[in-house]
Amino acid sequence: MVTAIGAGPEVPAAPPRGPRNGSRVRRAAGLRDASPLTYGALIVAGVLSVFPLYWMFIVATRGNEVVAMRPPPVLPGSGFGENTARLFDNQAANFTTGLINSAIASTIVAFSVVFFCSLAGFALAKLPFRGRNAITIGVIGTMMVPVQMGVIPLLIMMESFGWRGDIKAVIVPFLVSGFGVFMMRQYAQSAVPTELIEAARVDGCSTFRIYLSVVLPALRPAMVVLGLLTFMTMWNEFIWPLAVLNPDNPTVQFSINQLNQAYSRDYALMFTGATFSTLPLLIVFVFFGRRLIGGIMEGAVKA
Amino acid sequence: MKVLRRGDQGDPAPAEPDPRPAGPPPATPADRRRHRRSRADIRYSPYAFVAPFFVLFGVFGLFPMVYTAYISMHDWELIGGNLGYVGFANYAFLFTDPKFYNALLNTVGIFMLAVVPQLVLALAVADFLNRRMRFGGLFRVLVILPYVTSVAAIAIVFGQLFGSEYGLINYVLSWGGLDPVGWREGRLTSWAAISVMIDWRWVGYNALIYLAAMQAVPKDMYEAAAIDGASRLRQFWQITIPLLRPTVIFTVIMSTIGQMQLFTEPVLFGGNYQGGSQGQYQTIAMLMFDEGFRYGDYGYGAAVAWVLFVIIVLFSLLNILITSRIKSA
Repeated sequence: MVTAIGAGPEVPAAPPRGPRNGSRVRRAAGLRDASPLTYGALIVAGVLSVFPLYWMFIVATRGNEVVAMRPPPVLPGSGFGENTARLFDNQAANFTTGLINSAIASTIVAFSVVFFCSLAGFALAKLPFRGRNAITIGVIGTMMVPVQMGVIPLLIMMESFGWRGDIKAVIVPFLVSGFGVFMMRQYAQSAVPTELIEAARVDGCSTFRIYLSVVLPALRPAMVVLGLLTFMTMWNEFIWPLAVLNPDNPTVQFSINQLNQAYSRDYALMFTGATFSTLPLLIVFVFFGRRLIGGIMEGAVKA
Repeated sequence: MKVLRRGDQGDPAPAEPDPRPAGPPPATPADRRRHRRSRADIRYSPYAFVAPFFVLFGVFGLFPMVYTAYISMHDWELIGGNLGYVGFANYAFLFTDPKFYNALLNTVGIFMLAVVPQLVLALAVADFLNRRMRFGGLFRVLVILPYVTSVAAIAIVFGQLFGSEYGLINYVLSWGGLDPVGWREGRLTSWAAISVMIDWRWVGYNALIYLAAMQAVPKDMYEAAAIDGASRLRQFWQITIPLLRPTVIFTVIMSTIGQMQLFTEPVLFGGNYQGGSQGQYQTIAMLMFDEGFRYGDYGYGAAVAWVLFVIIVLFSLLNILITSRIKSA
């Protein structure tokens, strides 16, 4: 996994921002007012961020001829329905199967990572036991091991399970993540009150019961962020599905690669596929975007 | 707060009608059994909670690593399987293989070409976002948007934008009277195109991390500097940058680990695993895939994978060494 939230350990937590009014507070906050240059630069950054996505949509709504048009069209056309029909009919890409497989794999992996990592993170942050420090260091060490580099033995393993070409083979190697455990541990240290755990023990709760009733509610914000990051990483997983699956049963990235490797480049088709593979992530972003931004920034200070 | 549900004192959970007393040891046999059970629970639960992670990681992370080393010591083919022990022959071949040095050069070169602008741009964007302004939330959403996309999809779009004949980037260059660039043909041009794809995706993400670190800088440090007459630029270089250094190094380590395995962008840029007609943008991960799966030479592919792993570990250790050096300084 490539995604990471984190930063140097000594950065203290960000203090709450001061009230918006009052020039004295503003000075004390040490924040400069944005100049027109600031707005200009950020608008340029915003346009550069959006442009490739916009261009993707323009080509997806028109025919192949637009890539050669000068000047290029700036508005979407009316060919999206036709392109979509051609995309889902394409024999080489198996796009419908790809979308379904990616949705299943990413969802299962996201839930699994969140569950196992919060369980382990809670134990490492809040439960005293022998070898805890050594185990924590072990978890951090696992983050250096690139799972993707083990594709050759993994493929041999999956063949012996009879899972080659099966979506199960894409899911199982990613069910846990060292990064996830580390993130949950960092968050649990400050978010789960120790007194509450002790109180629950006095009341006779088992440790797993404490996890369910005390730890889960406290960790929920971080779990949502970890789930989102994991879903996105899994959705983008490329090298391993390419190795273990076949064109009849692809993931969405695999399908796109199939379109890309065709002899004559059909840009309208490729860009429509690209649009459909990006859309689920953008929909998730619309609902959880603020949480994600908050999570990335908070993680940067905590980790 | 909702968190208090079950654990709240004086409100014993209905599922357990007989809460265990904290004081004297239990008297009845039933109580003793419960007591023993809860002691075992306290002692062994932590191990049970971390076990799933280590079991799954062991099977699908650690074991494949070790198995890769084993395979790399054998003549092992896709068709035919294990054909016998060959010692370090695969590694010996690797260190004389011009394709390996080419892939190593490409991987490190693209990393260097991508990481420096990524860092500078991310710091600049973070500094711009770290001001009092309108639409600050909207700008944050806009800069993180590239991160929330499908990598393959974006590689396809950029692949077209960098087309030599119909690419919009060459079209824009022609406004300035520049000749069209064959982006896929040269080493530097293809590296530049791939670096643009990588940076487009990661600048905003890193900017948000830097922004969080900037907000954590104690504000009185700026005040004190301002009273001493330090200019804004001076404050940025002498307060912000030094305090951000651990954060920057962390993000660099993470992008090292990620980019040493660079695969998706160059594969979709070229449409195959060879990375251009002369292999001018074939990365190490692509070489491993090409040798292991297209040529079916598992043994050699495994050797490439292991060398890549060692390179990643060396880079990470180097970074950690630098980090601790800076911390103690």
